[in-house]
Amino acid sequence: MRTRTIEILVGLFVVCGLLAALALAMTVSGLSGSKQDTYKIYAHFENIGGLSDKAEVTLAGVQIGTVSSIKLDPQMLTAVVEMKIFSEVDYLSIDSSVQILTSGLLGGKYIGLSVGAEEEVLTEGGVIEDSQSALVLEELIGKFLFNKVSE
Amino acid sequence: MSVSDNVIQISHLKFNRGERCIFKNINLSIPKGKITAIMGPSGTGKTTLLKMIGGQLTPDSGKVIVQGTDVHSLARAELFSLRKNMGMLFQSGALFSDMSVFENVAFPLQVNTDLSVELIRDVVLLKLQAVGLRGATSLMPSELSGGMARRVALARAIALDPQIVMYDEPFAGQDPIGMGVLVTLIKKLNQSLGHTSVIVSHDIQETLSIADYICILADGEVIAQGSASEIRESSSQKVQQFIHGYPDGPVPFHYPSVALMDELTG
Amino acid sequence: MLDTLAITGRLCIEKLAGFGRATFVLLHALLVWPQPGNSIPLIVKQLYSVGVKSLLIIVVSGLFIGMVLGLQGYTILVDFASEDAVGQMVALSLVRELAPVVTALLFAGRAGSALTAEIGLMKATEQLASLEMIGVDPLRRIVAPRLWAGFISMPLLSMIFAIVGIYGGAVVSIDWLGVYSGSFWSVMQSSVDFYDDVLNGVIKSLVFGFVITWIAVYQGLESVPTSEGISQATTRTVVYSSLMVLALDFVLTALMFGNI
Repeated sequence: MRTRTIEILVGLFVVCGLLAALALAMTVSGLSGSKQDTYKIYAHFENIGGLSDKAEVTLAGVQIGTVSSIKLDPQMLTAVVEMKIFSEVDYLSIDSSVQILTSGLLGGKYIGLSVGAEEEVLTEGGVIEDSQSALVLEELIGKFLFNKVSE
Repeated sequence: MSVSDNVIQISHLKFNRGERCIFKNINLSIPKGKITAIMGPSGTGKTTLLKMIGGQLTPDSGKVIVQGTDVHSLARAELFSLRKNMGMLFQSGALFSDMSVFENVAFPLQVNTDLSVELIRDVVLLKLQAVGLRGATSLMPSELSGGMARRVALARAIALDPQIVMYDEPFAGQDPIGMGVLVTLIKKLNQSLGHTSVIVSHDIQETLSIADYICILADGEVIAQGSASEIRESSSQKVQQFIHGYPDGPVPFHYPSVALMDELTG
Repeated sequence: MLDTLAITGRLCIEKLAGFGRATFVLLHALLVWPQPGNSIPLIVKQLYSVGVKSLLIIVVSGLFIGMVLGLQGYTILVDFASEDAVGQMVALSLVRELAPVVTALLFAGRAGSALTAEIGLMKATEQLASLEMIGVDPLRRIVAPRLWAGFISMPLLSMIFAIVGIYGGAVVSIDWLGVYSGSFWSVMQSSVDFYDDVLNGVIKSLVFGFVITWIAVYQGLESVPTSEGISQATTRTVVYSSLMVLALDFVLTALMFGNI
């Protein structure tokens, strides 16, 4: 009987450990088991200023996808950001614009998308032409000082 | 006495532990089916000698031959199978503290034989009956008195019906009743099961009363051997001091020092 | 001068010999594949005494450390208006460092010392010698199941520690301090990587579990079989394994996150 209690407790212990592993994978690192259907779109940026993989892509502040990869275009010398957009969000017009934003002063970078007026929508492999780079603090201060001087 | 009568033959045994010399030169033979006692003052390596017979320690030189095989030339597996012919009763009993009395006695049978569960149960009950503790099967070692623990350990030592049973200080720390029980048990088991018994002890009266053959160790050597009466009549002063317990003699009462008057007067 | 050299030399040789013996113990105990019918009940028993009995202290410490991290993180980050990042801070510091290291230190104190004392006592009461005389190898019967149980329980305990800590941090920052729960979790998820952070933390705890049980078992086997010797061996287990855990943590962190 005592052995049985011990076996049950050990079983519970192992189950707890495995549940913890599952929770770490799912809720903490966001490793989702069920792959959500997505399609890829691209955008060129002159400066991504600290944007990273897995950053959110939002529309009106609501997440509609994630950044899946960032590469450098060797011809145009700009950053090419690949985004995976959830399949159900199939109403992004081809003249949409993207902007790199920061949540809070120290928070992570994310992409904010605004929809344009065209009827035609972005599909797999679509490219967003209108992009606004990340705000780089040094450049901003530079501009501000330059304006002050010219006044 | 021919060689074949001797179950254990020890020759020219030499052993040092660190700087200290335990055995200088031990020659000893233990006859089959008898009770042989190895005696001597504390610290003369009696327990070490038992461990060498069991192959748990290796001597620096010399041989220990048990049932015709040199113990220390054996490979691990052969040594383990030789040990199935040996039972050992440790000084502290050495019962496994996480097993009940029954499981302790059953353990050697479970690991060394293919007997069925029912058969093991019967053997265990018989062995416990032999030591008078069949009623204590479900107790844990922590619930036993010292004497009972030693009897359980004895039952475990004889569980596999070994040909040699070694007792390490079986009487140490026992009350007179417990001692009497053990003396009788050792004698009775030796007669009924026909195994060879080796007792290491310094309890003189109890040991002399049951041993057929006695051997006294001191200073790394065998200083006397023979039957109980031969030992009693030994002319050696060391032997006389040991068996009568004289406080002074060849083993001095005073730890070596300068003369008292010299030290007092500076 | 020469004496000092001689002492240093002797000390080195002794330590080296000790390490050799410890390696022998390890290899001898583990190089045999455990037989399922025989070993699993033994391992389960040890999992109980090594793992289940450490669970309470792990859960309680994890909870409090997570709550403190939430509180401290919030008071620092709120000055930068970045309190959303508190989830990220709590999760990363727990998953990468605190869960494996603190679990290992607690494990050394709770389970490691108990292992040493248990094996030391078995040695002192001649149970190990008695096993040998029965024809059972104590390294395989006594040491091996304890080593396995240590390897298995440490990562489990560490993961439980991390998850309890993260939920403790979440309770403090979301329910008490009013951080928006959506951003708490989403910032955490976007910054914690399963392979880089979670798995590396698990690897750390595996290494720590291995080292602690190894030290504990070896100290037990090598202890002087007296009550004084056992208490000294127990102390040595806790000291050595804590030092080893901290030193190894630095090495592992440098290898995993240091880009060297």
